[in-house]
Order: sequence, then C-alpha cells, then structure tokens
Amino acid sequence: MDGTIFLFLLQDGVINGAVYALVAIALVLVFGVTRVILVPQGEFVAFTALTVAALENGNAPPTAWLLLALGGLAAISELVRHFRDLTVRRLVRIALFDLALPVALLLLTRALAPMKLGQVANILLAITLITPMGPMIYRIAFAPIAHSSVLVLLMASFGVHFSLMGLGLVFFGPEGTGTAPLSSQSFALGDLVVTGQSVAVVAVTGLLLVLFAIFFGRTLLGKALRACSSNRIGARLVGIPTGAAGQIAFALAALLGAVSGVLVGPLMTVAYDSGFLIGLKAFVAAILGGLVSYPLTVLAALGVGFAEALFSFWASNFKEVLVFTLIIPVLAWRSVYAPHAEEAE
Amino acid sequence: MKLPRSSLIQAACAVAILILPFTGLIPDYWITLFNYIGISSLVAIGLVLLTGVGGMTSFGQAAFVGFGAYTTAVLTVQYGLSPWLTLPLAVVVTMIAAALIGAVTVRLSGHYLPLGTIAWGIAFFYLFGNISWLGAHDGMSGIPPLRLGSHALIHPRDYFVVVWIAVVLAVVATQNLLGGRVGRAIRALRRSTRAAEAFGVNTAGAKLMVFVYAAMLAGLAGWLYAHFQRSVSPGPFGITAGTEYLLMAVLGGAGRVYGAILGAAGITFLRDQLQDLLPWLLGHTGNYEIIAFGAVLVLILQTSPNGLWPILFGPPSAPKLPQPRAGQHLPERELPAPGTPLLQAEQAQKSFGGLVAVNAVSFEVECGRIIGLIGPNGAGKSTTFNLITGVLPLTSGRIEFEGHPLQAQTPQRAAALGLARTFQHVEIVADMSVIENVALGANLRGHAGVLRSIFRLDRAEEALLFASAMRQLDRVGLAEVAFEPAGTLALGQLRLVEVARALCLNPVLLLLDEPAAGLRVGEKKALARLLREVRAEGVSVLLVEHDMDFVMSLADRLVVLDFGTKIAEGAPALIRQDPVVLEAYLGGVS
Repeated sequence: MDGTIFLFLLQDGVINGAVYALVAIALVLVFGVTRVILVPQGEFVAFTALTVAALENGNAPPTAWLLLALGGLAAISELVRHFRDLTVRRLVRIALFDLALPVALLLLTRALAPMKLGQVANILLAITLITPMGPMIYRIAFAPIAHSSVLVLLMASFGVHFSLMGLGLVFFGPEGTGTAPLSSQSFALGDLVVTGQSVAVVAVTGLLLVLFAIFFGRTLLGKALRACSSNRIGARLVGIPTGAAGQIAFALAALLGAVSGVLVGPLMTVAYDSGFLIGLKAFVAAILGGLVSYPLTVLAALGVGFAEALFSFWASNFKEVLVFTLIIPVLAWRSVYAPHAEEAE
Repeated sequence: MKLPRSSLIQAACAVAILILPFTGLIPDYWITLFNYIGISSLVAIGLVLLTGVGGMTSFGQAAFVGFGAYTTAVLTVQYGLSPWLTLPLAVVVTMIAAALIGAVTVRLSGHYLPLGTIAWGIAFFYLFGNISWLGAHDGMSGIPPLRLGSHALIHPRDYFVVVWIAVVLAVVATQNLLGGRVGRAIRALRRSTRAAEAFGVNTAGAKLMVFVYAAMLAGLAGWLYAHFQRSVSPGPFGITAGTEYLLMAVLGGAGRVYGAILGAAGITFLRDQLQDLLPWLLGHTGNYEIIAFGAVLVLILQTSPNGLWPILFGPPSAPKLPQPRAGQHLPERELPAPGTPLLQAEQAQKSFGGLVAVNAVSFEVECGRIIGLIGPNGAGKSTTFNLITGVLPLTSGRIEFEGHPLQAQTPQRAAALGLARTFQHVEIVADMSVIENVALGANLRGHAGVLRSIFRLDRAEEALLFASAMRQLDRVGLAEVAFEPAGTLALGQLRLVEVARALCLNPVLLLLDEPAAGLRVGEKKALARLLREVRAEGVSVLLVEHDMDFVMSLADRLVVLDFGTKIAEGAPALIRQDPVVLEAYLGGVS
C-alpha cells in the first residue's frame, strides 16, 4: 500500500467514522437515559435517506404515512395504558402530537413535494418527518416496560427493529437509492482528491458534536438528561420526570439519525434494511466507548470507520466478519475491568 | 416398577405424536410445517436452558444451526459420507465451536453477553456467505436425503418421525438434566450465583456446559434441517433467524421446556399464515411477517414476560423425589475433637482503596464452639465473613483453616473444606422448590455429572441427597413447605432455609450472617435450640448477629469489631461490661 492509497482509505474511514460517530452518540445518549440499546437507530438513518431521495424525485415520501401510522399506534398505546387516569391534558397532547402533527405533516409534504423546492428544503422536511418518530416509538414500545432489565429492553429493541424494518419494506419498497451529493465540488490536497461531500460530512458532524457538548454541559435540560443517565432514582427524587427524559432522548436520537441519513444518502445506496448494519457498526463504537463516554465513542467511531476502510481494501469479502469480530475482545476486556455492568433483576 | 402418572401421560403423548402422520388425517402440507416446528423446537429448547434457566441470552443460536447444517452438507456432498455418519460429526463440530466461542462468551458480564452473541452471530453469517467452499452466498445444494436401507426418507411423513424422535429425546434429556444435581446448579446460576459458588458450583464451568449443550441441540437441528431442505444457504443462520429462535423461547415461556415447543409452533404457524396473508393484503411479496414478529415480541415483553406456557398450564409441578433404600444415607464427615483449633485469623487485613474495612484482626475458632462476631454497623463483620469464605482476597495477614491457608482461595474451595455459610441478604432460587434449594447445599456430596443425569443413572444418589435435605429441613421446622416454590416463603423462613442448606453441606464450620434477622420470637428460640444441637454434634458456628439477647445467650465467646478493628474478645458476661464495647455501641457515655 502506498501513501496515496493510505490517504484515500483514511479519508474514506473518516467519512464513514463521522457518520458512525453521530449514530453512536445517539446510542450512548439513549442507553444512558433509558437503558435501551437502540437497535432501530439505523432505521432512522435509512428512512431519512429514502425520504430525501423521494423528495428529490418530486414524489411525496411515504414517510409521512409511516409517521401517521406510528402516531396512531402511539395514541392507541397511550390510551390503553392510561385508560383509568386519562386527563384532558393528556388527551389534548395525544390529539396534537400523535394525530394532528402527522396529519399536518402529511398534508404539507403532499403539497410541497411536487414543487421540488431544492436540497435544503428536502433535507429539512425529511428531518422534520423523522424526528417525531423517536418519542412515538418510545411511548409505544419502551415506556410500559421502562423499569425492566437491560436484557428485556434489548429484546424489545430488537422487536421494534424487526417491525420498523418490515414497515420500511411496506412503505419504501425493496429498491435502494442514493441522494444527490451535498456538494459536488472537490479540490486536490497533494495527491489526495478531497470531495466537498466529505468536507460537508466532517463539518456537520463536528458542528453537531460541539452543539451536543454545549447542550449537555451548559443547559438545564442537558444536565437533567445527564442526571437521569448517571442515577435514575436520584434524578426522580430531585424532580426530573424520567419518562419525559426518555422521550427527549429518543427525539434527539431520531434527530441525530436523520442527520446521519442526510449525510449517508450520497455516499452509498440505501435501502429499507441498510440501517441495521450502520447502526451495528456505530454500536461497536458505542461499546468501545463503554456506552458512557462521548469523546471515547467519537474516537472509537473514527477507528471503526478506518478499520472498515482498511478491511475493505485488504479483504473486502470479510469486511463485516472482521468488524464484528473486533467487538468480542473489547467486550471481554470491559467485562473484566468494568464489571459493574451486571445489574440486579 | 410403577411409573408416575405424569411420565405415562408424557410417553402416551409422545407415541401419539409419532403415529399421527400415518393416520392419513393430516395433509402433507401440515406435516411439513410440523417438521419445521420440530426442528425449531430443538433450538428453542436449548435457548430455554441457556436463557430462561441459565440467564444467558443468546441472539446467535442460529449460527450453531449453521455449523451443524454446513458440516453435514460439506461432508455428504463433497466427501460422499453417509448422513448417518455425519450426524455425530455435525453435532461434535458444533459442540467444539461452541466450546471455543463459549469460553469467551460466558465470561462476559451483564448485557455484554447478549451483545457478544449478536456480534459473533453476525460475523458467522457473513463468514458462511463468503467462504467459497461453503458455496458463498448461494450455499450448497444436492444434499442427499436420509436413508433407511434402500428407503429414502424424503416424504415429509417419514421425516416427521425422525424429527420428532429427536424432539422427544431432547425433551427427556433436558428435563432429566434439569432435575438432577447439575440441573440445580444451573438453575441457581441466574438469580443466585453467589449461593451456587458458596456450595461449590464452578459457575463458569456450569455456564459453559449449558452453552455447549444448547449449541449441541442447535447443531442437531442444523443436521435435520440440511437433510430435510436438501440444500443450505447462509440466510437461515443469520441474526434475524437467531432473534426468531429467541422470540420462540420467550413466547413459550423462557424457563419451561415444553414452552419452547409451544413457542416454536406459535411462531412457525404465525409465519406460515402471514406469508400468505400479508402479500395478499399489501399487493406484493416480501418478508412482511417480521412486522408481526417484532410486535409480538414487544407485546409479550409488555404483558406477560414469563411467556404463554405458565398462563395456559400454571406453575411447574413439584419434583417427585426418589426414595432412598432403607438404612442408606450420605457418608458424614469425621469432625475434629471439640476444642481443637479450627480457624485462625492472624492480623487479617482488607482494604478497599484507601478504606481499611478489616484492620489487623486476629481471632480463633475452636471445634464445637459458637463464636459471636458482633459490632456496630460498618464494623467489618460481613467483610470478615467474605474473607473467610473466599469471596474476597486478603490484603495482608493470614487466615488458616485446619492448617490450610485461606489466602486467595475461591468460595468453591472454602465449601470443599467444610465451610458453609448463609447470606445477610438471602440468596435463594425463588422459582425452585424449597427442598431443591436445600439440596443445593449437598452439591459437593454428590458426584453425578451431566451424562448420569441425562440417562437417569443418578437416582440412587439423588435419593440420598434429598433424604439429607429433607432431614435438615425437618430440623429447622420447615418440612411442611418442602415442596413449595421458595419464592412464596416469608423472609424469616428463607433465612431458615439458608441454615438448612448450609447444614446440608455437612459443615465443619457454619458461618451464619444475621440468621435471626426477620425471625419471630418462637422461631428465634427454635433456631437457638438447633444451633446448640449442632454444637453438641461437634460443628463450630461463627455467628454475625445484631440481636444481642440471641447472641449473648448462645455464644461461648464474643469477638467485637468496631471500624474494622477488634476492640474486645471474651465471654459474653465480660463483654457486656466492657467499657470500650459500651462506648462503641452507645457512643460517649461520659
């Protein structure tokens, strides 16, 4: 391997790693606040890319219908769960957030889509459609079992992933597509051709990471979320509503997933089931970061991206095998040095 | 010999199932479906043992099905071996693979374990799909059918018999295993690892055993699958399939062997129905049934996390105990003469970082004495207990037991030396009957291993173990509740169950951590009587207790700790008047 190839692989690794970093940060956030290992995080990524692709073609994305379906389910599950203690406030909230919002977005997308408003509008619309799915999914699947063990939550998480992937097939169909690059410019840096797309990916990821650092370090809401993740019972005792915190964490996760989807769309062909692998690789990074540390997670994500680039150069057939085998020694190491992962049922 | 009724019913059901397809009442289509149910049941039974009983959740079980299927595919297609010959080979290859993978996996703690299974589950899927001599993504076809003489078992009806004989054997073997000595150890893994270790169970070994056993059933399922399907490809061995097997185990009831079959049937039927219905509803084909599978999984976890079997058929029935032959009992340990030094702690020290929990503590326990270890909260009593029983290593100093240094030893070795303990926070297997919990105490007095359990060759020994357990339960006054699930007992009763379990080890030294906490007055009196009786038999007792009346009336000598340091030692009457002790308990009485 000569220097040029190395640099090329490095660039490839950094781009992939940046996307994994965003997804992995979402996983760490959600795990910290709710103890859910969010397997369906990848679906947010894939569905966003498919939504942008549909909008680029001037089609109304089926995402709006999916959002309406999830809203309906969330409303039903909320009504069943709070059958005995329904308040007017809760009813209004269900009507507004689970029913009115999806319907409004559905009408909006159907009106806007044929107008082909351009890339920025497409991206914003896609993110707006995906983000509310997070809290809806939390209320449908996880809120009723929020106090169960990590294991039960993990199984439920797989269940949600299955259902969402199947719904993705129903709504988006089996074909994969790509989206237009965020920037078609490129420039030479020595031997290396740096594409505008890769600059955009790194810049957006960097910006979001900084915003997140500010959010968690400086704002009351961010600190409340951190309190939930370090000590749930303590957080409840000082008056932080952990259920609401879970919804916020899921909303942020969906938002991060949506942004990752925007970034990933131009890089690869995305189909309804592409999210799973992206999510899992990010997950490898999240584990490397111990599901706790954000900076470590970002570093690990870059590492996973680079390892993947190297593996695909040396042994492209066994790329996935190698990436996932990588996690086993890390898990073993963490089991020995961080045995507090064990938790009483 | 008279068989118990439940065994007769089970045998009758088994025969009825095997005859069923030859009655002509069932269309071939359904028989094929039943074959797939049987094959999945094998994997799910393994998962019940692994997840429901052993507490290790695996998403990767489908990979082991793959090992079995690919082994037989390669050996029959490329090397022309007979499928009957590849059966043991396929199972053995799977077991070896499982032993290697399991050696790492079972050491993963908490939720890292299922995550590890996801990782290798995916890795093997891609491995199967990229190795050219396994046919890569296309897989291998032309696998020969099973043959009996010249008759090929191609018809689903013929294959049905093969599959369901395997299922019946797996059910019998698994239930025998769970009912035996090793089974009790496995059942203790999930909820009370500490108790299992304190009675000599090698927990890592037991976990690995369960892991390999579950993989063995999956490998068998893979062999059956390959010769029924007559082709293999990576698809059915990926993480999706692995999750479906887990779904079957959870749906049926993750702790119950028959639940696995129920779950496998439920999911297989559901898939079959949905594969017709959904594409018709949605207008095009695709594996839409995963939407329903995901929803079913979430709903089951939300509404009945113990699965369907307990809802339909109630809790498990109490075990049938084998009766020992008259006059036979377990050999008892020869106890040293009363007064011989037994346990000696010299300058024992334990620090956690900067905190010295036990500071240069020295004391001695002689044979046939009751020594009370007392002190205010945080004095280091429980830490001392953990040092003696090998749960924690000493920082410095030494503790000797009958001349054996106890430094850096394990709880299992402490048990082997004759140290039996109870726990401050009770460690009981709630879903096991009381008598089986007590019999766990006699774990080291039995020798039956996995094979003897599976083939039911452990009955005579089991009879002796249970007779001993029953005797100890009788001594603590709980014989009447012997067959109740332990989880239904009150806290005070559970403490007595722990005492009985410790006595069942036939101990030299009994270490009791606050045994009287939560007991009523009458129960305390009975316990005191029992401990005096035990002392009279030559067993020593080291007693941590907060109830001063209880400990003062019982103990021959008291050792008083405060802030990790021994502040006094002597007869109860002297300790009662010791100014330093009064100061420590009551604060400055100046």
